[in-house]
Parts: sequence; structure tokens; C-alpha cells
Amino acid sequence: MSALVTQNLVKRFGGVTATDNVTLSVEPGELHAIIGPNGAGKSTLIGQLAGEIAPDSGSVALFGETVTALQVHQRAKRGLARTYQITQLAKDFTALDNVLLAVNARATHNFRFWRNAHDDSIAVDRALAALNTVGLSAQKNTPVATLAHGEQRQLEIAMALATEPKLLLLDEPLAGMSQGEATAMIALLKSLKGRYPMLLVEHDMDAVFSLADRVSVLVYGRIIATDLPANIRSNPEVRAAYLGDEVAA
Amino acid sequence: MTTQLALSQILNGLQLGVLLFLLAAGLTLVFGIMSFVNLAHGSLFMLGAYFGAAAFAKTDSFLVGVFAAVVGAGAVGLLLDRFALTKLYERDHLDQVLATFGLILFFNELIRIIWGPGSIFMQVPDALSQTVNMFGISYPSYRIAIIGVGLLVALGLYLLIQKTRVGMLIRAGATHPAMVASLGVNIKWLNTLVFALGAALAGLAGVMAGPIISVQPGMGEPVLILTLVVIIIGGLGSIRGAFYAALIVGVVDTLGRAFMPTIMRGIFERNTADAAGPALASMLIYLLMAAVLALKPQGLFPTSAGAVR
Amino acid sequence: MKLFPAAIDWRAPRTLVAVFVLITLLLLPLLMTGDSGSFYVKFITRVMIYALAAIGLNFILGFGGMVSLGHAMYVMLGAYAVAIPAQHGIVSGWAHLGIALVATAVLAAVIGAVALRTTGIAFIMITLAFAQMLFFGAVSLKDYGGDDGLTLAARSDFALFDLSSNGSLYYVTLFCVVLALYLSWRAVLSPFGLVLRGSKSNTRRAAALGHPVFRYQLVAYVASALACAVAGVLLANLTQFASPAYGAWTLSGELIVIVILGGLGTVFGPLIGAILLLSLEEILPMLVELTLPDYKSNWMLLLGAFIFIIALVLKRGVFGSLSASSATHRKGDKQ
Repeated sequence: MSALVTQNLVKRFGGVTATDNVTLSVEPGELHAIIGPNGAGKSTLIGQLAGEIAPDSGSVALFGETVTALQVHQRAKRGLARTYQITQLAKDFTALDNVLLAVNARATHNFRFWRNAHDDSIAVDRALAALNTVGLSAQKNTPVATLAHGEQRQLEIAMALATEPKLLLLDEPLAGMSQGEATAMIALLKSLKGRYPMLLVEHDMDAVFSLADRVSVLVYGRIIATDLPANIRSNPEVRAAYLGDEVAA
Repeated sequence: MTTQLALSQILNGLQLGVLLFLLAAGLTLVFGIMSFVNLAHGSLFMLGAYFGAAAFAKTDSFLVGVFAAVVGAGAVGLLLDRFALTKLYERDHLDQVLATFGLILFFNELIRIIWGPGSIFMQVPDALSQTVNMFGISYPSYRIAIIGVGLLVALGLYLLIQKTRVGMLIRAGATHPAMVASLGVNIKWLNTLVFALGAALAGLAGVMAGPIISVQPGMGEPVLILTLVVIIIGGLGSIRGAFYAALIVGVVDTLGRAFMPTIMRGIFERNTADAAGPALASMLIYLLMAAVLALKPQGLFPTSAGAVR
Repeated sequence: MKLFPAAIDWRAPRTLVAVFVLITLLLLPLLMTGDSGSFYVKFITRVMIYALAAIGLNFILGFGGMVSLGHAMYVMLGAYAVAIPAQHGIVSGWAHLGIALVATAVLAAVIGAVALRTTGIAFIMITLAFAQMLFFGAVSLKDYGGDDGLTLAARSDFALFDLSSNGSLYYVTLFCVVLALYLSWRAVLSPFGLVLRGSKSNTRRAAALGHPVFRYQLVAYVASALACAVAGVLLANLTQFASPAYGAWTLSGELIVIVILGGLGTVFGPLIGAILLLSLEEILPMLVELTLPDYKSNWMLLLGAFIFIIALVLKRGVFGSLSASSATHRKGDKQ
């Protein structure tokens, strides 16, 4: 069963069609990348998958269940985890508390008022493990505001992983990273590949072509091609519409 | 008789409505363009009433009073914007609430020091002291004049905002402040203009209300809260929303107070009705607000400013 | 089971101040006797009642980021839950308390559910508007004194302990304040508090992780209203009076001032803030009378200016500016 399926998603803002009849899927274990020029509607699409934006028509299904009418937190409970293009962290928390907030999202509920959240050793251990996965163990007690940009991006991933997701939506995880930080992040994503089905929205072509099993090209809200990376590189329509000289050169 | 009573109550409601619109227009614009919560807007209303009453008493000319109120309140608004509030525009709403709460206490006490703690009397101008006969009722011409002035201001604001370059900038500023800044427009200047305009309108409302409500320290607060209800119902940042919501609130509140006790008596026993009627009447607009919010959390005319903040 | 939810740094400035204040409050009535002593005991009881309401408000304002400008309505509701039953001959304090808690829980759940549909500025205005609705509702209760309010013939009868002496009311109030401090300290650090603070810090992310933010906010809102209702029950007993004035929006404003003055988002801050603000409200008139006797009734002008300046310059509040750790460097610790 597909991890994620969208059918004919449409979203208009005034006269602009930001998402134009998008149908795509993410299969189990697959890393499906979406590329497209600025303003192609990538963020709007992610927003509709996560439930932050309601589509005008069409449907979204997670693991065979239609979730179009569900709210953000309800989709998250069904195993959808996402990261943000612009980091969305609890800014006055430490790195550990951010991840602990994510770990606690797996609990049936958090209407527990008595014990210190830090005394829940099972939860704390899980949070530490997620920090370890992304290489932030040493910064666990650092307030988020004083983390470097690259570290904040890593924390984004750690929070998504800490919810024990069944599907990852990664919105430009390499945005604003230095060369060194990007290399580390690509290595991290490679290590996660196969463990989670992933939908990766990314600008960095090298990263996309080295990571993706399949690539979809989004232009003006429409998917103009979905294929293996090698075929996307040589697809004339894609080259004309988007890749242009960059690949031809 | 009942039709006539209802008609004159509807006119009273409209008159309250246009006064609320004068206040709401400034408040909602300031919110829309600066994302600023100005609880002291009611103080500008009060200052307008006092400036107007003092100038009217001194010169015996109501027009001079109106002029003094509009210019005086506008000037206070200008000074507040330039010297006191600029630092607050960037801060969160909590600091804004706290600071302008402090300003309310300050202005109320300042008025007490200058004009004393009691209410001062403001006469209806002679030229408008009669009643006019229309639709079979006689109605005070001063109140008709308030409705007229309010509608004229509404029309003027509409033309200003829809047809002029300044209005275009104000509209754009409410939805895309970054874009306006990138056009090379001095946002600070635009802010000051909007703030002073809002203050002047509040002053106008104050002086016009002067002869029909009592002019006293603290007179701004009940009006402020009604105005907040208006801009919530209308949709934060929307002038059009403020206009319709002000008229709705004015009419619903006035009719509720006039007829709710009678209506309740038709449904419940006399004792229950007499106890609950006035209570329900005074709560009516808040229930209306809750109902609007339950259906449309962004108000009747949502703006993107309201959606973002 | 551990008594405290977290390890305490006994030599940290915050701890020292908190312990000093609590011990002082515990001993104060023993030191104050006679007529002036009775005045001060009643005054400090009032300070602690305001602190209790502010502790409630701080729970959603400081830890949940919800700026309610209407919490005085729950104080008023608590006061009327004493005065109205008393008028009908129900004098049991437990009944008063029960009515106050149940009525407040129901009302706060309804108002919270409507108000929490909005955020930011609209939430501020809506909470204010609902408080005004209740205020005018109380004014129109002609059978219960309307504008003039209701006088209590006697304080609530709690059977187990006697509230009729000012000293016992003082200690009951102190007990409530300490209990509220302790419970909010635990709740803030608990998993519930983590989610509440997380949703203040980043609502969008908290929801995207799978937390139903609205439910946590609503529960916190109701809990904070309950603290205010208990404060109202105590206030009615202190003054033997209940009136719409207890629900005036200026009181809601003062509660916010107290929270900010003490230190937004510190558990103990509201108590410090209440001591400071209410003392200031006693001292300012005296100072004005000494310097400008003609203007002694206009001291509120200075209070207004003071509040304005606080909003501009005071970022962390008085208690919040104290270090939470005995080490020289400052940590982002909570206490």
C-alpha cells in the first residue's frame, strides 16, 4: 500500500492556481523528490499534505486512509512527520526539550500534571537517541536560540524522527546551509533512506539526483514529469521548462 | 404607536452605530496597518469631547468646538504616535495592551485634574435644538445631524481609501507592509498619518456625542469596549467590516435595550422577565459577537492582516 | 515520591527571595497586633488574593501565551458564588466554593472554546468583551444589588475552621496561594506543561508534531479561571461584599500588570508582582499627599505613567530578573 497518495489536488489563491491537479504517490521505502523553480507551488503542496492548507478539491490519503478532512495534529498522529523550509522550533526551549516535545506527541495524551517531564526516563532516552542520530548529543542542553543554523536544521530532522513517523515530508532540508553542513545533511538523509518513505522537496539538484528513487517536476503548480532521476535529467520537456542550461552545460 | 417607537429606536440605533463607526474606523486601520492594539483609543474620544465642550463654551460656536475636538484629538494622536508609541509598534501585543492601559489611567486622571471629577455639561447647538417631523414621528434634529455627519465621513473615508494614492498605500500597507516599504514609501509617515486620522475621527465622535451623553472622566472606556466588539465582528483591519458591524451593533444594542424586556414578558412570567430582560438586553451584542465568531472566526469581512496576526 | 518536581538550588537568588517572602508571610500576623496590625493583616490578605488570581492568569499568559484581558470576570463570579447563596440563607463555605468552582468551570469552558478559536489580538479583545458581558449582566441583577453589589452578613462557614477572624482568613489565603504556587510549579514542568509551553513557543510546530493544541489550551484556560474563582471566594469573605466592580476590566488589566511586574513565565513572579503593585497603590497616594497635597486624589496619574513605563522597559520583571542559579552565569532555568 502506498504511504501517501494525492488525487487531483487543486488549490487557487485568487486568480493564481498554486496547485494544479496534482496526483502523486510515495511508495513504501521510497524517497520521492519534488523539484521545481521558485514559485512552483512546492510549499503550498506540502501545506496541503500536512493539513495546514485546505485544498479546493482533490484528496490526500495516508496508508490507504483518506485524510483530506483531518486537521494537522490528526495527520501527525497517523504517522506523518514534517520539517520546515524555515525552521519551526520552540525557540525558548533547549534542544533536548524540543525533541522531548516531539517524543511526547506519541503518547496517547499528555494530560499528566504531576511528574516532571524530565523524570520520564523512557521518553528522555528516546529524545537523546534522536539527538544522537542527527549528531546533536553534545548540544542537548543548549537553548535553541544559540544553536548554529545548520544545527537548527539538524534539530528539525531530530524532532521529526522523534515522533516515530511512518512517513517523512522534508521541506528543503538543505536551505541556507553551508557546503560542509549540506554534505553532513545529505549523509544523514542517505542513512535514513529505506527506513522511512520520504517526500523530499529540495532545490539542490546534486542532492536530489544522488538521493531520490523517483523525481517529480513541479512547474506553475503542475507536475510535468515523474520518473527515475536519470530519465528526468534527459527529459526534454523538463530541460526546457526548468533545468535549462544548468544540466545541458 | 409601536411602529413609531420602533422607528425612532432604529434611528437611535443608527446614530449610535455611526458614532461607533467613527471610532472603529481609526482603531481597525491602526490595527490593520501597524498591528497595534490601542486601548487608549477611548481616551482620544474623551479628549475630543472635552476639547469640544471647552471651545464651545468659550466661543459659543459649536463649529469651533467641533474643529477644536478634531484638531486637538488629532494632534494628541500625532504626539502619541511620534513620541510615546513608536517603540511599541515592534513589540508584542501584551506590551501594547499594558502600555495603553497605563495611558488610559493617565488620561482619565489628567482630565480630572484639569476639568474636575464631575461631568461637565455640553449643550445641543441652537441651530439643531428643534425636532423634525418625518415618517410620522418627531425626532431631534441634532441626532439626525449625527447620522448625516457619520455617513458623510464614511463616504469620505471610502473615497479616500478607494480613490486616492494615500488610500492605495493604506490598503496595501494593511495586507503587504513589506511591499509598501519596498516601494520606497516612508512607512513611518504613513503610520503617523493613519494614527492621527484615527485620533481625529475619535475626537469627532467625542464632540458629537458630547451633548447626548455625559462628558466625564472615564467616558471613553464603555465606548472603547463597544468599538472592540465592532471591529471583531467586522473583521480586524477591515473598514467596510467596521461600517456594517458598527451599524449592526448600534441597532441591535439599542433595540435590545428598548424591546427585550417587553419581548421577555411575552415568553416568561413577569418576575423572570423583569429580572432577565435587562440582563439579556445588555449582553445581546456580546452574544452576537460570540455567534459571529463561532461561524466566522475572522469576522464578517476577513482581511489577510487579521489572518496573519 | 519527591516533594519537589525539580532539584532546588537553595543558594540561587530566586530561591532565597522566594523562601524569604514565604517565611515573612508566615510570621507576619504574629508580629502585627492592635488596630493598625489588623489593617495590615487585611491588606496583606488582599495582596495574597490578588496574587492567587495572578498565579492563575500567569499559567496561561506566562506559560501558554494566551493574553486574557478578562480574568477579573472569574474573580467576580467567585465572589457572587458566595454572596448570592448567602442571600438565600446558604452559609456553608464548602457550598460556596463548590458553586464557584462548578460555575466557573462551565463558563470558562464555553468562553474559552469560543475565544480560543482566535489568536493574538482578537483573543485579547474577545476575552475583554466577554468580561464586559458578565459585568453588565451583574449590574442588571437588580435582585442582587445591581450596581451597588451585595453585602455579606457573615463570612462563609467552613465548619472545620473559622473564617470570622482576620487571622484565620489570612492563613487560609496563604495556604491557597502556596498550594497554587506548588500546583502550577508541578504543572509547568509536567508533560502537560511541556506541551503548553511548547505551543506558546511555536503553536504551528506543536500541532505538526501531533499535539491537539486547542485541548491543552482550553484545559489550561479553565484551570487558570478556577484559581481566579477561588480568589473571588476569598475576596468576598475578606470584604464581606460582592459587586460588579470585582469584574471591572481595570482589575483584569491590573492582574496583567502584576504578572508582568513580577516576571512573566516565572512560577513565583505573580506573588512578588502583587506585593509590589498593591504596595505602590498604597504608597503613591501618601507620597503625593506629602508633596502636592492639592493633588492627592490624582495619584492614579502616576500609576498610569508607571504602568506605561513598565511596559516599555521591563522585559523580565522583578523576580524574573533574578538569577535562577547560584552559579555566576545565568541559565535559562525555570523556577
